[in-house]
Amino acid sequence: MSGLRIRDLRVSFDGFKAVDGVDLDVAPGDIRFLIGPNGAGKTTLVDAVTGLVKASGSVHFGDAELLGRPVHQIARMGVGRTFQTATVFEELTVLQNLDIAAGAGRSPWSLLRRRTSVPTVVSEALETINLTAQRDQLAGTLAHGQKQWLEIGMLLVQDVRLLLLDEPVAGMSHDERDATGALLGVVSRDRTVVVIEHDMDFMRSFARTVTVLHAGKVLSEGSVAQVQADPKVQEVYLGQGTRDA
Amino acid sequence: MTVIVSQLFTGVSIGAVLLLIALGLSLTFGQMGVINMAHGEFIMAGAYTVYVLQKVITGAGWSLLIALPIAFAVAGAMGVLLEFLLIRRLYARPLDTLLVTWGVSLILQQAARDIFGAPNVQTKAPDALTGNVRITDDLVLSNNRLFILGLAGLAVVALTLVLRFTSLGRRIRAVVQNRDLAAVSGIPTGRVDRLTFFIGSGLAGVAGVALTLLGPIGPTMGTNVIIDAFLVVVAGGIGHLKGSVIVAFALGTLQSLIEYSTTVSVAKVLVFVAIVAFLQWRPQGLFTLRTRSMA
Amino acid sequence: MTSTVERPVSAPPVAPRRRFVLRGPGVGLAVGAVVLFAVAPVALSDFRLSLLAKYLCIAMVAVGIGLAWGRGGLLTLGQGVFFGLGGYAMAMHMKLADAGPGQMPDFMLLYGQLDALPWWWAPFRSPYFALPATVLLPMLVAFLLGSLVFRRRVRGAYFAILSQALAAALAIFLIGQQGTTGGTNGLTDFQGFFGYDLDDPVNQRMVYFIVAASLLALLLIARQLIRSRYGELLVAVRDSEERVRFLGYNPANVKLVAYVVAAGMAGLAGALFVPAVGIINPALIGIVPSIEFVIGVAVGGRATLLGPVIGAVAVAWARTTLSEEFPAAWTYLQGLLFVLVVAFLPGGLASARVLLRRRSP
Repeated sequence: MSGLRIRDLRVSFDGFKAVDGVDLDVAPGDIRFLIGPNGAGKTTLVDAVTGLVKASGSVHFGDAELLGRPVHQIARMGVGRTFQTATVFEELTVLQNLDIAAGAGRSPWSLLRRRTSVPTVVSEALETINLTAQRDQLAGTLAHGQKQWLEIGMLLVQDVRLLLLDEPVAGMSHDERDATGALLGVVSRDRTVVVIEHDMDFMRSFARTVTVLHAGKVLSEGSVAQVQADPKVQEVYLGQGTRDA
Repeated sequence: MTVIVSQLFTGVSIGAVLLLIALGLSLTFGQMGVINMAHGEFIMAGAYTVYVLQKVITGAGWSLLIALPIAFAVAGAMGVLLEFLLIRRLYARPLDTLLVTWGVSLILQQAARDIFGAPNVQTKAPDALTGNVRITDDLVLSNNRLFILGLAGLAVVALTLVLRFTSLGRRIRAVVQNRDLAAVSGIPTGRVDRLTFFIGSGLAGVAGVALTLLGPIGPTMGTNVIIDAFLVVVAGGIGHLKGSVIVAFALGTLQSLIEYSTTVSVAKVLVFVAIVAFLQWRPQGLFTLRTRSMA
Repeated sequence: MTSTVERPVSAPPVAPRRRFVLRGPGVGLAVGAVVLFAVAPVALSDFRLSLLAKYLCIAMVAVGIGLAWGRGGLLTLGQGVFFGLGGYAMAMHMKLADAGPGQMPDFMLLYGQLDALPWWWAPFRSPYFALPATVLLPMLVAFLLGSLVFRRRVRGAYFAILSQALAAALAIFLIGQQGTTGGTNGLTDFQGFFGYDLDDPVNQRMVYFIVAASLLALLLIARQLIRSRYGELLVAVRDSEERVRFLGYNPANVKLVAYVVAAGMAGLAGALFVPAVGIINPALIGIVPSIEFVIGVAVGGRATLLGPVIGAVAVAWARTTLSEEFPAAWTYLQGLLFVLVVAFLPGGLASARVLLRRRSP
């Protein structure tokens, strides 16, 4: 297993510094929650790591530098992500979605043939994300929570070693949240997980470590208890968060 | 030396024509993202407006000046009608909009054939525009080209002022940048779309008036210019007027220089190659709107 | 580690819904083959049969557009370019074959601008060069343009406009080079087709059978591509290119395959159009014919296998029938087809069938 090491990461949009010199270390097998108020730079940080936006600094996953590579190469190096709004291929079935996710390394020859059986990784992932019954349903007809799980399932069959999840439980019911949290536990056994989340209850239940971002910089880092006790954090963020909760 | 200067002037005047025909598109395609293939037929409508007016008003000079606002209104009205009947239903399907408006352009061309006849028709240029301005013995600038240059400049300035300083302009920019936010802020986005389309299509009518000074008027005149106009906006970059302005003059100059050293047909191919090469360097055009959206 | 072991599934191997959809074109293909090879040659006069050959050439272009546009979302408005490249490659060979060894084609002597055959004409004298070139040349051009624009993520409307501009540029270029390409007149007046006299009705029938067989072959290729994993991937790229990229694929390559295959299909169509119809000229490959290739596809159903073929033949037939007697009415009708079908029935006639079935109990 590999960890994520970010040094002096900077992203700016027309002069606005969305990420402003972030250093971040995520240990192998960790479940790291990234929290912070809106505009803190959480999603932009994930965008930079996955190659969607240009950034300066350095991002290492294991021994490999990620910055400067195109998106699909970073994905092939074992880095996968989900999006705030679940993006699955709505006009393909659940099975087809997973099969495509599993196939980035396929040879041109096998691509040009029909799928004659279900790959083992795909049927295992169907079990893990609990969508076996919906296998032949079009992804567009799934419930919101099921789409989120399908996205996570796609990362599993893609065999990523680093999962970057952008608000995976947004809009989910309480039971779905717990199921997702349990899923994170299973997934992190042999993978490193980074979660962007606004849901404080979810964070308290399932985070192993937490990093608080504010205005493009790291404000605080540590265990859930340490971060909650940090007066700086209470000032900018958790103060409101705990009052709400 | 004078050869270069006169070629440059030719280039700038080709650029001015390109700019005039592309200006309306830079609003409807550039700002709203609507691919209106019938834009060329709005240009045609502007040109036929001059033709019709000259049947009524015999003075060529007055008819051209009167034609400018009328052509603007005629083409603009056609644009609003098109937006209201079809395009409004297709905002989420840009490629389908392209095909649908191509169908509209076929219908409009055939209508022009049925009304005005298939052969090209001519209009009289005003006396003031038939002469030349003699700079040196070798360097002669024709009045109608100068007039078009002035008209293009005026149109750009007017459009910039409207977009920047009027409440309509602010609303247009708001809808372009964030449609949903503009809607919940109380801006009637549907009406803004229609007004934007009116202005963009109206500008096509003005371009049509200008084209009557350069050649005959015919049912296919729109098809002949529409691709060039789109290329200008594509290379200029979505949502930026100044990109279209720079690209129009650059392409005009490039075309005139290549035409001078080879032939018109080779120039067309080389200009296309130049645009593809340019898009390798700047795939989003000369100027880009940076956003955080996934696409 | 990605496991490559695949286990056979015991439960239904493919969903019943899916199997039904796939079975349709299989039956359709068989029926189509019977119509093309058994019914049409018996039922139609020589004249009608050669018209059908012309429509089938247009249908071959439509198969490629259905793949690139219907499945891949690539609205290519410049298929005339590839049709033209294939057509001119074939026409150049036939002109040289008619002229005889060492001779120049008649039109070059007629315009009298050239003393010798241009160097780029020379290789087309050999059928071993000319025949593969009719397909490979369009594929090469599509590969070059496609790898440039797709890699730089030029897509959607931008791609459509660029492909259209390419068609315009090629047509204008050909018109300007009258001495070497025949200009506006194009290349025409062919006597023989690989030694067979084209004036002989029997040989015209032979050309028809070659066209029909080629169309069936292209349909089988398209069918395999659509049903393969690549076909699923192509739909995924159409619907969310960015998402596919995050799964580790380069969508540019996925699109490039569809674009290049479609170009090859258009090239073959152009090559067979020349002996079937007897002419290739710039008016057949510019902006207008290029976009007209698309309307048949839209009418028949862009995302289906047989829809584009049926739509293309129907539109071409309507055009011949109507435009002879009522040219104005045909242009209005064509315009209306674009408007009504694309705006209100984007799935084409194929979706109308589904809609009807859904309504009936």
